[in-house]
Amino acid sequence: MNALRNYIKSLFLLELFKGMSVTGRYLFRRKFTVQYPEEKAPVSPRFRGLHAQRRYPNGEERCIACKLCEATCPALAITIEAAPREDGQRRTTRYDIDLFKCIYCGFCEESCPVDAIVETRIYEYHFENREDAVMTKDKLLAVGDKYEAQIAADRAAQAPYR
Amino acid sequence: MGFFVDLWNALPQDLQTVIWILVRIVIIVAPLMLLVAYYTYAERKIIGYMQVRIGPNRVGPRGWLQPIADAVKLMFKEIVIPTGANKFLFLMAPMLSIAPALAAWAVFPFGPEMVLANVNAGLLYILALTSMGVYGVIIAGWASNSKYAFLGAMRSAAQIVSYEIAMGFALVGVLVAAGSLNLVEIVEAQEGGIFHWFWLPLLPLFVIYFISGVAETNRAPFDVAEGESEIVAGFHVDYSGMTFAVFFLAEYANMILISALTALMFMGGWLSPFHGWPLLGPLFDWVPGFIWLVLKTFVFMFLFLWFRATFPRFRYDQIMRLGWKVFIPITIVWILVVGLAVVYRLPWWFD
Amino acid sequence: MTFEKFLFYVFAIILVFAAVMVVSRRNAVHSALFLVLAFFTSAMIWMLMEAEFLAITLVLVYVGAVMVLFLFVVMMLDIDTDAMRAGFIRYLPVGLLVAVLMVAEIALVVGPAHFGFDHWKLPAAHPADYSNTRELGGVLYTVYMYPFEIAAVILLVAIIAAIRLTLRRRPGTRYQNPTQQIAVRRNDRVRIVEVPGEKKMEIK
Repeated sequence: MNALRNYIKSLFLLELFKGMSVTGRYLFRRKFTVQYPEEKAPVSPRFRGLHAQRRYPNGEERCIACKLCEATCPALAITIEAAPREDGQRRTTRYDIDLFKCIYCGFCEESCPVDAIVETRIYEYHFENREDAVMTKDKLLAVGDKYEAQIAADRAAQAPYR
Repeated sequence: MGFFVDLWNALPQDLQTVIWILVRIVIIVAPLMLLVAYYTYAERKIIGYMQVRIGPNRVGPRGWLQPIADAVKLMFKEIVIPTGANKFLFLMAPMLSIAPALAAWAVFPFGPEMVLANVNAGLLYILALTSMGVYGVIIAGWASNSKYAFLGAMRSAAQIVSYEIAMGFALVGVLVAAGSLNLVEIVEAQEGGIFHWFWLPLLPLFVIYFISGVAETNRAPFDVAEGESEIVAGFHVDYSGMTFAVFFLAEYANMILISALTALMFMGGWLSPFHGWPLLGPLFDWVPGFIWLVLKTFVFMFLFLWFRATFPRFRYDQIMRLGWKVFIPITIVWILVVGLAVVYRLPWWFD
Repeated sequence: MTFEKFLFYVFAIILVFAAVMVVSRRNAVHSALFLVLAFFTSAMIWMLMEAEFLAITLVLVYVGAVMVLFLFVVMMLDIDTDAMRAGFIRYLPVGLLVAVLMVAEIALVVGPAHFGFDHWKLPAAHPADYSNTRELGGVLYTVYMYPFEIAAVILLVAIIAAIRLTLRRRPGTRYQNPTQQIAVRRNDRVRIVEVPGEKKMEIK
């Protein structure tokens, strides 16, 4: 009896029509495509994009050249050289992140005791020369200055989960 | 204007005939090529919609210029001829695959009088030409001098030959029912409304013909000849630029041909579905037959895309099993049934 | 020279050329492809003789099916052309003898004594609505009914014999049964078990 039912089912292509009805329904479903340059998918405050270095509200750079980020970086993308500044504070003289090496894991951000190095939600950037792929200290600080409001807001939104 | 009429009359009679035939060929082929181009666009759009995305929409308004952009791109790409390939056969193969796809339209009636060559053996002619299409694939696979191409060609050769038998038998049913090989007479034998057409008395043959048509054109779910997840692109891996474009055109022209033939032989061609009905019949009498034919053809062309969006690829042995062990026995039995129905003049269809 | 005559000579030249190439090409695939061309051209010549049913059937059966299978086999064979050509001189006399015999036999039957326009009148051209297929079918199913049916039965026997000879069921081969595969329902294979003693994690 069961065999007969299966036979009839396959003879009349019932399962195939079932499949086609599914795709037929989906033809009229709302489409999920995001029209990228005009529309953008929402970005989480946790997003790990381009790096930036932050400053304190008084304009002093946060980084104290502890080199924890350099030590923790699994891709060895960070290079730091440090020396005492004129006022005797320990500061970096060189802080490079090679974006070709970086895997955007966010460990540098996690390890930073002063929240100096952060990953922003910027994901649209490009280089036209190979050497531009290295984010120097100046460039990192510039990014930080430009997007400080956004960065601070993202940190604040994430604070309860850290 | 008068000058051109004089010029035309000055030509010898034979030349006038030849020119007139050439003009009619262009009138058939040019819209066909345009339809092929926009069929590729429709395919990407419809399959996109079924996969809950929106498909090409960047080139021109709503992406309408996409096929033109594709054509221009393919025209300017380099034609790479692999080392060790047989150059003559390699370049011959795309032509061999598109020529039958286009030549079959010579006997295709677009209306009771709208046919390029109203030959008696139209059905046979179409069968013969569609069976020639396989040479393009086989020769392409062999001349490319590549394992993948060769495997694709072998798969497709066996598949096409197997399904041609089922397809031929399905058409035998049609010609038994219509009592003629002439395509115009086949449509005229279906005179009447939607329930007079052959799809109802020949339902199994209709289904088998269309599914075999999908297999003949190497479309999903029978696309093992291309099988991009197994053998890259099958017989046309080594083709680029215009040579690839010609294969592409041939595939889509064949799909349109199969759809149009199904509409013609099982769905009453240019007949109105409400023909002879009391109320709806006169209401739709003003619609030209050509429009009905095109609409029916579009339905089947849409089915091709729907199948592709729905079904996963068959395994090769299952394709063979379906063709030989399922389709051919069913067609043979149903030809017998149709024969009896015709002999005993089964009312409604064959009286 | 009429247009038909011109076409005939064109097709005849192509046919003879293709036939010569079939036997003279080293590459078996090329030979097979030339054979396809030869079949196609002879179909065209039949078409000129108003035998359109036979012409189209020739294309359909020989070009569309038989030669495809032939090519299929030839392409997959690894033919050692040197070994094939090895005994050419040795077998030449026998081959020539057979060829001469065949030509002589053909000449006896269709030689000028029995053939040509004196003996065979050119058939009158048929009107446009003359259906070759209908005529052939009429003759085939009335006058030649028995030969036709007997030929069909012989072919059927040949098919069955060929399948019987080559079909072998190897013991121990594992294969799938698609019918069984489709018949499987989820409930036959999967059982959802409620595992006790496990609390749902609460997420704040």
